[in-house]
Amino acid sequence: MLRVIYITLMLALAALVRPAYALNATTVEKLAFGESDEQVAAVATLVAEGDEKALVLLQALADGELQSAGKRVLIVKGEEGYDAITGDKISPLPAEREDVAANNRLRRELGTALAALKLVSRDRAVRLAAAKELESGADDTMLPLVKQALAREADPVIKPMLEMIQATLELKGGTKDARIAAIRTLGLSNNPNTKSLLLPLLEKNKDGSYAESDEDIRIEAQKSLRAVEGRLAWGERAEQLFSGISLGSILLLAALGLAITYGLMGVINMAHGEMIMIGAYATYVVQNLFRAHAPGLFDWYLLCAVPVAFVASALVGIALERSVIRFLYGRPLETLLATWGISLFLIQTVRTLFGAQNVQVENPAFMSGGTEVLTGVVLPYSRIVIIFFAAVVLAAMWLLLTRTRLGLFMRGVTQNRPMASCIGVPTPRVDMLAFGLGSGIAGLAGCALSQIGNVGPDLGQSLIVDSFMVVVLGGVGQLAGTVYAALGLGFANKILEAWQGAVLAKIAVLIFIIFFIQKRPQGLFALKGRAVES
Amino acid sequence: MGPFAGIFTRLYGTRGWLALGVLACVLLVVFPVFNLAVPADSPFHISAYWVTLIGKIMCYAMVALAMDLIWGYTGILSLGHGLFFALGGYSFGMYLMRQIGADGQYRVNMPDFMVFLDWKEFPWQWWMSDQFWWCALLVVLVPGLLAFVFGYFAFRSRVKGVYFSIITQALTYAAMLLFFRNATGFGGNNGFTDFKRILDFPITTPGTRMALFAITSVVLIATLLLGRYIVTSKLGRVLTAIRDAESRVMFSGYNPLWYKLFIWTLSAVICGIAGALYVPQVGIINPSEMSPANSIEIAIWVAVGGRGTLVGALLGAGIVNGAKSWFTVAYPEYWLFFLGLMFIGVTLFMPKGVIGVIGSIREKIHARIVTPDLLEKTP
Repeated sequence: MLRVIYITLMLALAALVRPAYALNATTVEKLAFGESDEQVAAVATLVAEGDEKALVLLQALADGELQSAGKRVLIVKGEEGYDAITGDKISPLPAEREDVAANNRLRRELGTALAALKLVSRDRAVRLAAAKELESGADDTMLPLVKQALAREADPVIKPMLEMIQATLELKGGTKDARIAAIRTLGLSNNPNTKSLLLPLLEKNKDGSYAESDEDIRIEAQKSLRAVEGRLAWGERAEQLFSGISLGSILLLAALGLAITYGLMGVINMAHGEMIMIGAYATYVVQNLFRAHAPGLFDWYLLCAVPVAFVASALVGIALERSVIRFLYGRPLETLLATWGISLFLIQTVRTLFGAQNVQVENPAFMSGGTEVLTGVVLPYSRIVIIFFAAVVLAAMWLLLTRTRLGLFMRGVTQNRPMASCIGVPTPRVDMLAFGLGSGIAGLAGCALSQIGNVGPDLGQSLIVDSFMVVVLGGVGQLAGTVYAALGLGFANKILEAWQGAVLAKIAVLIFIIFFIQKRPQGLFALKGRAVES
Repeated sequence: MGPFAGIFTRLYGTRGWLALGVLACVLLVVFPVFNLAVPADSPFHISAYWVTLIGKIMCYAMVALAMDLIWGYTGILSLGHGLFFALGGYSFGMYLMRQIGADGQYRVNMPDFMVFLDWKEFPWQWWMSDQFWWCALLVVLVPGLLAFVFGYFAFRSRVKGVYFSIITQALTYAAMLLFFRNATGFGGNNGFTDFKRILDFPITTPGTRMALFAITSVVLIATLLLGRYIVTSKLGRVLTAIRDAESRVMFSGYNPLWYKLFIWTLSAVICGIAGALYVPQVGIINPSEMSPANSIEIAIWVAVGGRGTLVGALLGAGIVNGAKSWFTVAYPEYWLFFLGLMFIGVTLFMPKGVIGVIGSIREKIHARIVTPDLLEKTP
């Protein structure tokens, strides 16, 4: 991409070439015919002059397009040649030409030099790219050029970047006042790299004396460092918060369906993870159909995949309820084993149909990439979309449970099955639909998960323990419990993860749940009942 | 016999003891003779493959017995028994690792994985692990203590049913994650393998293999008798009562906590011993033994054989694992189908397992022959 920009830029500049922009002939000759040291010096001179013509010349050298013919220096592009000093077009090209060689040392110099020259380009994108490149490494010779660019720069994004680069450079050498000013500027940065610039100022030598002899500078550095660290810590916290919410939303999607089936029927559905997997595979199939038959609409395949994933999982769920689970009501442990059997069966079926390898599900264009809220803190769009998706599913569930007749029936059966049955609620039908609904929501979870993770036959197995933990922690019968438990577990996992690593975090959370269950065997939110045991 | 006669008749009838005698004969006489004494080219020779396979299945059968005590008799479905099995295996595996001595790949008196991780000394978990008696003690203590502590808290707050199953599953899952870490000090992913010696005997010779087989047989039969002793005792009756109606047991003045805790801990210890016998015979132990899938498979062994009958547990472990070792060689891709169908089929159609099916067939035959008589005689 950048390369394309360079080339277009060069062509544009070549068109603008006029004799008035002529470069210093001695410098160009030194660059073309001089020794390595002379070449490097020539590059420095060209950069210091900051001429746009120099950019074309140096870019040509970097791209291996600079040639010499006798005493003349040429820029050769394909069949056309230009005089490197005046910019005049030369035709016909001299037959005897030699490439101007650039060794590694020169190439390195060229890299930074080109970046510096691009800082004064007219194209904003080029300037931005150049500034970004310099942020990660600039050397002292650039300072005048950066200053020059800064004087001209008006762009609100590029200007602070240049100020930061200038501060970085001034910190190394320069007068005390300039250095203090530089340190203050650095203190305003969000860039983690500034920390490594400021830290050496505060370090002690082996004999106990400070590496930086000037105390004022040390004090300023200390202040700036604290400011930067504070802001970076906030960035880190923001990132943790986001990944916590993100994990929570995934757990919520995975556990919501389970909460319904368990809450309503007391059925621990071990095949719930496989319903998620079916949803993910349904998404995969829809994606392939779109790619094959409607490549133009590929970006919109998710709109179609969401209902398909729901229906696919819901149908499988209803089929299971009718064929196996309804015969086992009232025997929860047997149901657990039978549904485990179903899960094995489904895994093997998917393996036979789609192969044991993971399949590729591609993000639509609008979900790839992310937004950078702070330096180094990138929020992927796919995760943001999933958080919203989880919220929408939750809202839809809530509406369904509180505003529809089926929801009323479902709540009735959850609270008191015999009584609901007595007053005419068709409990077997409600069971079937609720199981279908729970499975369908699992399908939606699968559709969402396919956008951020691997899709393979074992997808569900890795989720099942986590979803159970959410349900166990949240208690049954209320959506609120599931929501709090999912988000709570999401946060706890991420915060502990930052502190102790992913595996220990997971173990700690599991152990916490085991202890939590001792205290509140019915979860966070339990329906109050009068029975001795439920 | 004297004072023990009562116990003998209580445990099994004449036919039961006879069957047990035959089983012991087969395991302790037929197998050693046909494996060690009969030459390898004879059709009667029992190959090392079979000795290892049957030895392995006997370890599983012990686990199935333990599971049956806790699930079949007490009604508590544990989905974490694989953890106790693995803990027993790891405890004894430590000793086996120390027995390798300096014969490992790096020729250092330290397990290979520790050399690989550049550890200079043994972590605290390995304290005294070169002593056989200490590791043998750990085999009992580690699963036992864990089960006791976990069970005490769980049963005290009356966690039961599906909730209990789920948290045992979480427990074994957490342990699996823990053991997958290299830093835990038990070899990470790879676990323990490449054993060379046990009690200074080379571990792969036919003699050692047969000795392990014989010890496993004896321990299995002892476990069976112990289990039978428990379930025919008053304690066993309380356990069955807890299974059928825990609140009534409570209201009758019993505290179910200690009964459940006893059988739960005992069950875990049996699993640990089974694990310790399993490791030297199979030659490997790794964290995948703790995966939730492994533990839930134990339940299906018991369910296939028949819950609430100890013989059923033995039978189930034999049938399922026999089928597994045949399927995974002959039709590896269909094993999961078969296992899945077995879970579904057994719960739907054979709630009492194979023993139940045999029982009902016997009853039908019995009914056909006996009923006319009975009808005549009963007034």
